[in-house]
Amino acid sequence: MLRDFWNGILRENPVFGLVLGLCPTLAVTTAMENGLWMGLAVIFVLTCSNALISLLAPVIPSRVRIPCFIVVIATFVTLVDMTMHAFIPAMYQILGIFIPLIVVNCIILGRAEAFASRKPFLNSVADGLGMGVGFTGALMLIGGIRELLGTGAITMFGHRILALGEGYPPALSFILPPGAFLTMGLILGAFNALGNYRASRARSRRHAFRGGQAGRSRDS
Amino acid sequence: MKLAAILIGGILVNNFVLARFLGLCPFFGVSRQVETALGMSMAVVFVMTLASFITWLVQNLVLVPLHLEYLQTAAFILVIAALVQFVETVLRKTAPNLYTALGIYLPLITTNCAVLGVALLSVQQRYGLVEAVLNGMAGGVGWSLAILLFAGIRERLALSDIPPAMRGWPIAFISASLMAIAFFGFQGLFKEFFLR
Repeated sequence: MLRDFWNGILRENPVFGLVLGLCPTLAVTTAMENGLWMGLAVIFVLTCSNALISLLAPVIPSRVRIPCFIVVIATFVTLVDMTMHAFIPAMYQILGIFIPLIVVNCIILGRAEAFASRKPFLNSVADGLGMGVGFTGALMLIGGIRELLGTGAITMFGHRILALGEGYPPALSFILPPGAFLTMGLILGAFNALGNYRASRARSRRHAFRGGQAGRSRDS
Repeated sequence: MKLAAILIGGILVNNFVLARFLGLCPFFGVSRQVETALGMSMAVVFVMTLASFITWLVQNLVLVPLHLEYLQTAAFILVIAALVQFVETVLRKTAPNLYTALGIYLPLITTNCAVLGVALLSVQQRYGLVEAVLNGMAGGVGWSLAILLFAGIRERLALSDIPPAMRGWPIAFISASLMAIAFFGFQGLFKEFFLR
């Protein structure tokens, strides 16, 4: 179960690993705080829908399962939509139509179909939480980079938590749409480079190990 | 004038992919070849136009009179899912050629957020029926324009010498970023023509 939780955060991170749910990932990440709230909304919807779907899956006929999943997801999205509208209207304005659009976020339907409909209740909850947290982390990373480079500082809940100083002229384009695609491309490229570096180091270490063994056998 | 503004605005200025970030998953998912991109874009234009029409009717003839606006999200997504299923069945019976061309793309459209997105945007803007339908069509055409150009770029990228770490997803995102910068040029054009 713990493995199901960590799976979504690291190995199968929905944004950087599976490259799913791109629309909100790029659209709302003009600031770190926006990413956090969007992520929280997705954590709630994903965990609840995973939980309910894993309970309902045995009684849903498989031919109509997709519409049933969509109704379950839409219910929780409507709850989030109304709650955010009532309690954090400013953030609701910023996130705009991307709150109701959580319904068509491929991560949520994807997890319902690939995981929750086949696995036990607790595993499904763990998977939903893990995927949600992984999604939130990815959004905050992208939002943080864009906000830092685009405005010169990161502001969370009214506090400035990181600033580049007076010498940095803010690059506005990072807040605008092209910056979203660019940031995402560079982050994915950096992860690829890291993966390639690790793979090549693992390979050379294996070679070194074998070489050492060979040397020792020759000595004896 | 307003209709022209919706049409040009939807296709170029507020391009669905490059300015509004709607329908990104299929934009990156089915843009490896121009041919598949063409099939997908025809299906998207068709469904987005039709969905805008139907969701406008649902919103203004059912949800508003019954004070059920809070069911908007659930009602729209169900209507869109049913519509896609219906279109698929009708096409299979009446136009088998078109069905074989579009068939595999139609189920993918249910989860294309551009379709639900355009319906929600039209409600938000309080568009009338004609404006809403035109908005849906402009959105679809704009989405198609972006994916066709992008597929052309990606076909060439497949043959280029790209640093190993940037192959695949990263270079695709960076190409999209450059396209978004190019589409930024239309922002000025719009002001020149319409805000005078």
